[in-house]
Amino acid sequence: MYRIVTKKVLTPTLVLIEIEAPMIAKKAEPGQFIILRVDEDGERIPITIHDFDREKGTVSIIYQIVGATTEKLSHKEEGDYIQDFVGPLGNATEMPGCKKVAVVGGGVGTAIAFPVAKKLHESGVHVDLIVGFRNKDVVVLEDEFRKASTNFFVGTDDGSYVRKALVTELLEEQIQAGANYDAVFCVGPMMMMKFVCKVTEKYNIPTIVSMSPIMVDGTGMCGCCRLTLKEADGTSVTKFACVDGPDFDGFKVDWDESVKRGKMYGEWERHKHEETCNLFKKEVK
Amino acid sequence: MPNMSLVKNPMPSQEPDVRNKNFLEVALGYTEEQALDEAQRCLNCKNPLCVQGCPVNVHIPEFIAKIVAKDYEGAYQVIHETSSLPAVCGRVCPQETQCEMHCIRGKKGDAVGIGRLERFVADWHNANVSEAPAKPAPNGHKVAIIGSGPAGLTCAGDLAKKGYDVTVFEALHLAGGVLVYGIPEFRLPKSIVQKEVDGLKAMGVKFEMNMVIGRVVSIDELMQEYGFEAVFVGSGAGLPMFMHIPGENLCGVYSANEFLTRINLMKAYKEDADTPLMPLKGKTVAVVGGGNVAMDAARCSKRLGANVYVVYRRSMDELPARREEVEHAIEEGIIFKILHNPVEIHGNDVGYVKSMTCIEMELGEPDERGRRRPIEKKGSEFELPVDCVIMALGTSPNPLIKSTTPGLEVNKKGGIVIDEAGMTSKLGVYAGGDAVTGAATVILAMGAGKLGAKGIDEQLSK
Repeated sequence: MYRIVTKKVLTPTLVLIEIEAPMIAKKAEPGQFIILRVDEDGERIPITIHDFDREKGTVSIIYQIVGATTEKLSHKEEGDYIQDFVGPLGNATEMPGCKKVAVVGGGVGTAIAFPVAKKLHESGVHVDLIVGFRNKDVVVLEDEFRKASTNFFVGTDDGSYVRKALVTELLEEQIQAGANYDAVFCVGPMMMMKFVCKVTEKYNIPTIVSMSPIMVDGTGMCGCCRLTLKEADGTSVTKFACVDGPDFDGFKVDWDESVKRGKMYGEWERHKHEETCNLFKKEVK
Repeated sequence: MPNMSLVKNPMPSQEPDVRNKNFLEVALGYTEEQALDEAQRCLNCKNPLCVQGCPVNVHIPEFIAKIVAKDYEGAYQVIHETSSLPAVCGRVCPQETQCEMHCIRGKKGDAVGIGRLERFVADWHNANVSEAPAKPAPNGHKVAIIGSGPAGLTCAGDLAKKGYDVTVFEALHLAGGVLVYGIPEFRLPKSIVQKEVDGLKAMGVKFEMNMVIGRVVSIDELMQEYGFEAVFVGSGAGLPMFMHIPGENLCGVYSANEFLTRINLMKAYKEDADTPLMPLKGKTVAVVGGGNVAMDAARCSKRLGANVYVVYRRSMDELPARREEVEHAIEEGIIFKILHNPVEIHGNDVGYVKSMTCIEMELGEPDERGRRRPIEKKGSEFELPVDCVIMALGTSPNPLIKSTTPGLEVNKKGGIVIDEAGMTSKLGVYAGGDAVTGAATVILAMGAGKLGAKGIDEQLSK
């Protein structure tokens, strides 16, 4: 069992929790993920690490309440325990030799962009951190983002905060203004990553994307998290996000396939989420 | 006077048309009368060939003689001397190619039902003996075991009996490895695996769940910082293999590992489970492959209400699955499309499987392993309407341990290389089971766990 040390509700659907897990905290690196189960018989879900404190022995994650499991998790408070917490899994983000990079995050993906930006920034790399949100109500962690970057750019889909701009527009502006990035790291919804890659491909800027497919064991056993990389010579190769990733060359990812695979249980999840919400409502009454 | 009946006592089982709708155990086990009758078929050979056919050399005639004497606990103790998991082996061992293949009674008529008797004895023990096994005196040596599957549990058991301080590290949230994520409830109830694990705990073995060795702690750290003098790697087989045909990543194509893990470990066969599985009621499933894992996937699909094909590229004679599993599958209404091979899977416009193109095969000359090579019949392609495809083609080793353990030698296929004592290229690090051999059987993994335990004991007791 793993204790929730702190809990911060960032927005009505976005929650940060800090979990006591000293062995994982000792080894965690930006870009890696954990798998958790909320309770006995619970589902195993992968969530990327947001932050870690090696001295305190804690690992922080940010999750969005989208399904039954995250709904149940959101009812756990500080001091409560969750059943399982496994990690650190996957490979850490590596951007060797880069001197100037853009880190692009969208939605809950900004939670993952943060540790990558922070690590690069601390090691002396020029980091332009570009994040996008739907509207001003869901803008989170702005102070942290500013501290973890050289320049910070934020846009909202509806213009209700700072300016109306998609991350692709913010990124392209910087590129056109002569930013001359060595590489781009991108994490967020699949469609966002796909379109960021379309921009960077035009300017031939190597782009790493952090993939978050559906997983079951997350340790290299079930193959659920597979995706296709298309090579330049027309051949394609199957990779497993849990052991080969989660970072991949964004120009090679078969986005359409990954988008479809990501929706496989969408209908089921919506139904299950509703059911779970109703259960919690009944308890409150 | 031995019982000279040529046929073995049949195993009482749930009726096919009943069991193919539930997940309860298929085989119900011998009654005492049946066990006594079957035990009397053993001739108690002076030179028992059956023992040589067993990867862990259970003293078979000895335990059967105890059954004849109605000393069932005595029989259990004989088995337990060499096998840590009698209730498991009695259920999942391929006896017909091991002990029973060598049985002299098999020359004319059926071999003695050794597996069925082993199960009877183990179940009798579990039902009637509640006292925990004695905790041996500690010998002061610390050993780490990576993976709690059959290899790891056997190695842990053998070392614990000798007084070693054993810790088992498991990556998943439940101990048992393939016994809990792979083999379905109707073939091996999870409560039986749990009993075996509890028995080891009673002997002092510690279990640490959620520990992905190589990520959270490396093997070198276990030895240098955590004080383990030896490590046994029984991490099992890893990533599932695919055919690399078009359409393999459509929604509705599962590896057998994923499909079975969802059902067994995550209990997706239950209506209220938190882990989803695509609904299979009234749907058509094609399982590709012919091994035990393919049979398990096919029989699970059937129980979830699907119409099921097993698509296999050779003939019935070459099916690598245990004969009993194949017979059970046929009885349960699974259709075998032998001498067929998939060439492409087709999807609908939202990315779900709708059909699979297969090609007919014929058998050519035997290959280097003596199995006749399947050859495609040109122009024989046809489209089979299916909603779900399960690839049961075996696995390749998980790269994690190798990539995080400097100096650990692996072979071309990625399997860990060991010497005749079970030791890897690293001093004090032993390995066995699927991590070494690639996908094999529970009992072979147990044999490897025994070898590792013996090697570790010889090294540390020097």
